Amino acid sequence: MRREGSAFQGVGAVFVKELSDNISSVRMLMLELLIVLTAMAALYEAITALRQNTAEDPFLLLRLFTVSQAPLPSFVAVLGFLIPLMAIGLGFDLINSEHNRRTLSRILAQPIYRDALLLGKYLAGLATIAISLTALWLLVIGLGLIFLGVPPGGEEIARSLAFLVIAVFYAGVWLSLAMLLSIVFRSPATAALVALGVWLFLTVLWPMLAPAIAQAIVPPDPRFAALGLDTPGTVIWTQLLQRFSPNDLFGEAMLAVLSPTTRTLGPVFLDQIRGAVMGAPLPFGQSVMIAWPQTVGLIACTIVLFVAGYVLFQRQEVRA
Amino acid sequence: MSEQQNNSAATRPAAVIAARDLTKRYGKTSVVDAINFDIAKGEVFGLLGPNGAGKTTTILMMLGLTEISAGRVSVLGFDPARQPLQVKRRVGYLPDAVGFYDHLTAVENLAYAAKLMGLAMAERSRRIAAALTRVRLLDVAEKRVATFSRGMRQRLGLAEIIVKRAEIAILDEPTSGLDPQATIEFLDLIRELKAEGVTVLLSSHMLDQVQRVCDRVALFRAGKIAMMGSVAELSVQVLGAGFVVEVEADGAGIARRLAAIPGVGNVETLADDRFRMTADRDVRADAARAVVAANGALRRLSVDEPSLEAIYAHYFQATPSGGVRDAA
Repeated sequence: MRREGSAFQGVGAVFVKELSDNISSVRMLMLELLIVLTAMAALYEAITALRQNTAEDPFLLLRLFTVSQAPLPSFVAVLGFLIPLMAIGLGFDLINSEHNRRTLSRILAQPIYRDALLLGKYLAGLATIAISLTALWLLVIGLGLIFLGVPPGGEEIARSLAFLVIAVFYAGVWLSLAMLLSIVFRSPATAALVALGVWLFLTVLWPMLAPAIAQAIVPPDPRFAALGLDTPGTVIWTQLLQRFSPNDLFGEAMLAVLSPTTRTLGPVFLDQIRGAVMGAPLPFGQSVMIAWPQTVGLIACTIVLFVAGYVLFQRQEVRA
Repeated sequence: MSEQQNNSAATRPAAVIAARDLTKRYGKTSVVDAINFDIAKGEVFGLLGPNGAGKTTTILMMLGLTEISAGRVSVLGFDPARQPLQVKRRVGYLPDAVGFYDHLTAVENLAYAAKLMGLAMAERSRRIAAALTRVRLLDVAEKRVATFSRGMRQRLGLAEIIVKRAEIAILDEPTSGLDPQATIEFLDLIRELKAEGVTVLLSSHMLDQVQRVCDRVALFRAGKIAMMGSVAELSVQVLGAGFVVEVEADGAGIARRLAAIPGVGNVETLADDRFRMTADRDVRADAARAVVAANGALRRLSVDEPSLEAIYAHYFQATPSGGVRDAA
């Protein structure tokens, strides 16, 4: 049955209202403070480390994102951990709060489709995260200029922009998950707990479980073990399983984009690096090619979760 | 649909809402079971019945907010399943215990709804100011809705319908939880809407309030419409005669003359000068004429209108399993 009118009618109104709510909310302020403070601490450590290293580096600005100094992880690693928190914080009550406030049936009685409400809210959440990340990105570039005194090159800007885009896709995965759970569970507390549980599982537990499962699938070969090497089959399976975690996909994509010398993200065999000039940076386009599967994985994951939420929301009763 | 219903529909103005065998099933359970009704333009139509009888589900089907399992409903000539936007542009809905965004002001809440309606900014501001004046909320227009009482929220919900300039207003339990003064004010607003030609569909189980504003009612029971018609019609159906008129007058042959009035069922002589009669309509004017015709002196004339509460109670006691009747 074909519906009349556009499914996007009203998206703009929902988007503007939700964006305004997000940006002015205390919750968002707290999340931004947490991210900015943690990221700044990581950045400060990176700047300190880089100022001690006077060697010539054509990608000094990018090193701000990736260099870590104990006890803090790198700026990118911090974001890898905190972006999901921000997305979950924005998305866990996206739909169930409308049920609980008894506003859903009133809003859907206006001449809009459910699609507009869902899409408007999702895009507003994503835009909020994108704005925060862009501000953070500008802050990094600005601090880099001030403390390192080296203006960024064109390729550095391009690579850091690629970082920004991939980070937004990464946030999209967690926002989709949080939105899906806000549709499934009427209680925002339950949705938040489940979302945080999934996040902890995929970020903390899964990287430990994946090697164990890989070893069960391809037991380590004693011949490789005797040489002090990992069994290739086990390594490949470990990596494959770890890629089920968006955190791993984000980490790999960041490695490819922000470390120009990265030539591959999997196990490397000697025949693959024949003729390669070790340590030479790859052109930006080729780095993007390396990060592309991971980026597509993040986008696909976002789409799957969003579609699941969309289907459930379309079938849901809107009774206030 | 019964023949009686068809005849009834034919005598009323064109229906703005028409349901035919409208059904909603969840699994094998029918929560709305093949109901039929017509609501005329400008009519105030009451949906009555206990909780879970199917009133809200019927409303949601009319708005295209829940799928129809079988049958069809037409709202202002549009099919809510295929043309939900056309329906929602013309129909205002005030849900039970309406919710607003507490952190926004009354104006901001209405402005958001008006944006969703697709109104331009200038038109939006004009309509919102007019609507808030109308529901007497203009002085709190810039206050956050979090500070509003339930009555104020209900009036704000009605303001949203006014902003939309809805042709049909669907009000689901609008007065539940309101204090008597707020209820009176709200019912007055409903009457004002009717006076402007807005068709009002009022779902409630506050029988006295429904009786005060509704032209006709449909009594829901277990997903079916058990009875439908005006209160007077229902009273004739269920109670035999709904109006009880008492006459106190001197004169010869008054009882005989009162009994001859069309619509009078029974005349009881309480004393030499006191009579009580039951009728299917308000016959006070005819009774006064009868006393004058008998050269009598009329001292008192009173009427007890049929009570929806009495009809409701009598119906459910008389037919515990529930039959379907149409009084219209």
